[in-house]
Order: sequence, then structure tokens, then C-alpha cells
Amino acid sequence: MDFIIQASYFAAAVLFIYGLKKMSSPADARKGIVWAGVGMVIATLVTFFHPAIHGLDKVIVIAIAMGLGGYLAWTSGKKVEMTDMPQMVALYNGMGGGAAAAIAAVMLIRQDGMSQTVQILAVIGALIGTMAFSGSLIAYAKLQGIMRKTIRFPMQQLVNASTFIITVILGLMIAFGGAEYSMGTLTIFFLLALAFGVMMTVPIGGADMPVVISLFNALTGLAVGFEGYVLENPAMMIAGIVVGSAGFLLTQLMAKAMNRPISNVLFSNFGEASGEAQEVSGTMKEIESSDVAVMMAFAEKVIIVPGYGMAVAQAQHKMWELVKQLQERDVTVKFAIHPVAGRMPGHMNVLLAEAGVPYDIIYDLDEINEEFATTDVTMVVGANDVVNPAARTDPNSPIYGMPILNADASKNVIVVKRGKGKGFSGIENHLFFGDNTRMLYGDAQQVAGDLVSDIKEI
Amino acid sequence: MEGFVALYIFMLAAFTGYEIISKVPVILHTPLMSGSNFVHGIVLVGAMVAVGHAESRIEMIIGFFAVLLAAGNAAGGYVVTERMLEMFKSDKKPAKKGGH
Repeated sequence: MDFIIQASYFAAAVLFIYGLKKMSSPADARKGIVWAGVGMVIATLVTFFHPAIHGLDKVIVIAIAMGLGGYLAWTSGKKVEMTDMPQMVALYNGMGGGAAAAIAAVMLIRQDGMSQTVQILAVIGALIGTMAFSGSLIAYAKLQGIMRKTIRFPMQQLVNASTFIITVILGLMIAFGGAEYSMGTLTIFFLLALAFGVMMTVPIGGADMPVVISLFNALTGLAVGFEGYVLENPAMMIAGIVVGSAGFLLTQLMAKAMNRPISNVLFSNFGEASGEAQEVSGTMKEIESSDVAVMMAFAEKVIIVPGYGMAVAQAQHKMWELVKQLQERDVTVKFAIHPVAGRMPGHMNVLLAEAGVPYDIIYDLDEINEEFATTDVTMVVGANDVVNPAARTDPNSPIYGMPILNADASKNVIVVKRGKGKGFSGIENHLFFGDNTRMLYGDAQQVAGDLVSDIKEI
Repeated sequence: MEGFVALYIFMLAAFTGYEIISKVPVILHTPLMSGSNFVHGIVLVGAMVAVGHAESRIEMIIGFFAVLLAAGNAAGGYVVTERMLEMFKSDKKPAKKGGH
């Protein structure tokens, strides 16, 4: 039996890597998740025959917990809107981190016969798993809108750093304490790790959440890998570490797209510029939907820049309808996607794919940035920081240096926006005050619908 | 398990993860993050074994939650990733283009 279990774990590890590999090409991506799923089912089923699991009571406990957790997650995952995907990933990731931490807790409470290496890795896994758990839940709450405020207070970094240091010291006491550490120490260690996860995530603004979720995803992977070593389970070790390193790279790619080092995302209080931000001159000029319709219908080339506002308004279907209208009038329409538009990299691509927009009119930042200068109308739909020229011109701006879409270079810019506020990051957008910019206020879906009917009438 | 064997496993796995991600187009970043989120749902296997090891009541309770959370990670991660990737299926891609 042991041979079958080990062979199944090996097969699962192979299927996970193969599945992830498949997921990295658009054509085969769906097969990838199915293969990985097969691996998961095999690994789970054989584990019921694991020598450690003896007695019917344990099988029943496992079956109830698995059924309950699996059912709740499966149904919530089926129901959730496409636009809410980022927070669901955060939520499920938090659950994984919590599970890794709970495994560590069981092993550390038992205290029996762990080698030094095992004990150290159990503690490290417990620490990062717990952080990923509470941190991911905060990320979920922020994106879901349960928690809107970004809490910052004086000396916050110092308080956070001290909490972390105390947690690490307790961790060291447990890791090197043989079987001597008390239950009290262990409890405080877990509570502080929970608190630290919350405290490090709370001051981070919503705009940076994708980077944070990706980081927690990587941390959960590591925690799972380390607990895999504790339980002598190679499938967990391999899957955990693969996800850990892939996750760190992905986090880096995202931070790079924002031109901010990861440390900057995590530890600088975003939105509090060091110096005085440049005054914006000019006013925001409003425009009517019917005028925009004329402008777009008689343009040669239109670029659409979608952002989180499009996701919130569920406007992707109406936008695609608008694009089809324009295409019938021989207007060239392209979508320009900033790497960090939305709440996750690729978030906009997922939504446009859902609406049925073909890939070949969707362009990356590098591919399209030259083209704005030759574009008649650029329509910014619920995007903000990713088109803010302050990133190029104002060294005091918190987003200075971030590569942006040069929407301001096009002949006309139409900004579709719900209201006059500053948006998610709280940074004033210089684009909105440009001479060639007109503001079209309203819910993106409503606006796109109006434009479709207005263009039909022309 | 031998310390060094584990170290080799960790090292090779780390390179594998790095290689897989390094060539991914931006459009797949979200699904891939979600997919890797599903893959660490393998923690379910560990949670089951932890329940197996559990003896006292408190260990059982923590083990129960370990399995519950891990099952949520795996099931939720799968559904969400599958739904995202469903939209990238080539046959759903509209053939219409340009309007000419």
C-alpha cells in the first residue's frame, strides 16, 4: 500500500507541473487545470489509505470537514461574478495558508520526536502560513468592499516591525526549544503571527492589492512546501515550492510593471507623497454622450483603455457592442491594457475574453504606446493611475516613474468616470485636466449603452 | 527524510516554478495565479495526515479546520481557475473581425 501511495503522490506532482506548464499557453490553458485537478483527486483519494489515518472516527472527521469546506468553496466559486475573481483567489489562498498553519499547530502541540530540522521548518511554515492566512483575509475584505478604510497611524512601521521581531523570537524559542516550549508560548506565537498578517496588509491601498495577493500566494506555497517536509510528503514539498517560486516571480513581474520595488509596495505608505504634489492647472470639461458618439463614429482610429471601473460596472459586454458598432463604420478600434489595470495582472484580459473580444485587437503597454499619437479618440473607461501623466512629469507624485499608457498624446481623450472623485489611489489625475480631455460622467455600462444607441442614430 | 535530499527537491522545484512562469503571456497572469493557488491546495493531503496524527481533542479540532480550509482552497481554486480559463477556449473566440 505504501508503494501505491508514494507512486500516486509522484504522479500528482508530475501532473501539477504538467498542468501549470499547460496553463502558460492560451490554447491549452484549460486542459492544464483539468490535469492538475486529476492529480489532486488521485492524491486525496490515496491519502485515505495513509498509515497515519487509522480508525473510522478519523475518516469520518476528515470526510465531514472535506465535504463541508469543499462544498462551500465550490458553490461560492461557481456563483461569484467574473469581476470579483481577485478577491476569491485571495480568500481561497488564505484558506490554504490557514490549513498549512493548522497542520503546523497540530504537529507542534504533539511535540513528539521531531528532528531539529523538522522542528525549524514546522515553525517557519507556521509563521508564513499564518501571515498568509490573516493577510489574505484582509486583502479579501478590502477588495470585496467590506473594509474600505486604509488604516495608517504614526510609527506604524515601527509597531509592525516590533511585532514581527517578537514573533520571530518566540518562533526561535519554539524551534530550538526541543520539547521544552510551553503551550502558552505556542499560542502567543500564533496569535502574534495572525496579528502581523493583519497589520502588514491594513495600510496597503487597494490599488496595490494584486501584488499583495500574489505575494501571499507565494507565501502559502512556501508554507505548504515546508509542512510537506514535516509530514515527509514529497507531493506537498514539490507543489508548494513550485508555487512558491512561481509566485515570487509573478509578484516581481507585477511590481516591475508598476515600476516599484516590492519593498516599496509593502512598506511605503502609498498615497502620501514626500513632497508637495504639483498643482494641477485647468478645469475638468464635461461632454455629452451624443457628442462623443459623433466624435467616435467619424474617427479613423479609436483606442479604449479599460480599468477597474469597467469591471465594477460590468461594462465589458456593452463596450464590445460599442466596438462592433464602430467597426461597422470602418473605425479601427484597439484595446490598450496596462499590466496592472484592474485588480490583478490580466484582469482586464479575462473580462474582455468573457465578453468575446478577440485577442488580436487587445494590445499590451509596449505594443501600443507609440500609437496614441496617431489616434483620434482615446476612451478611458474607469482607469485612472495607469493613464496619469504625473507618472512622467511630477517627481513628487507617488506613482512617479511608473510606466503609463500615454493616452494624453492622442488628439482627443474621453474619460468615462462615475464621479469627480480622485479614484482608488487618491491621486489627482493630470490627464483629466488636459486641454484635449473631456469628461463623460456616468456608470460605464450605462454610458456604453447610450453611445451604442447614439451611434446607431447617426 | 534526509536533509540534503529535501534540499535538492526544494532547489529543483524552485527552478521548475521559475521556468514555468517566466514565459507566460500577461493575459494569463491572473488565471495562472489562480491555478498555482489551486495547486497549493495539495495541503489537503497534509491536513488529512495531520488529523491522522491528532490525539487530543484540541488537536482533532485544529485538524478538522485544517482539512476544512484545505478542501476550500482546493475546490475553490479549481472552480475559479476553470471558469477563468473557460473563457480562453478557442472555439468561443468570435470569428468576426473588422466588419469588412
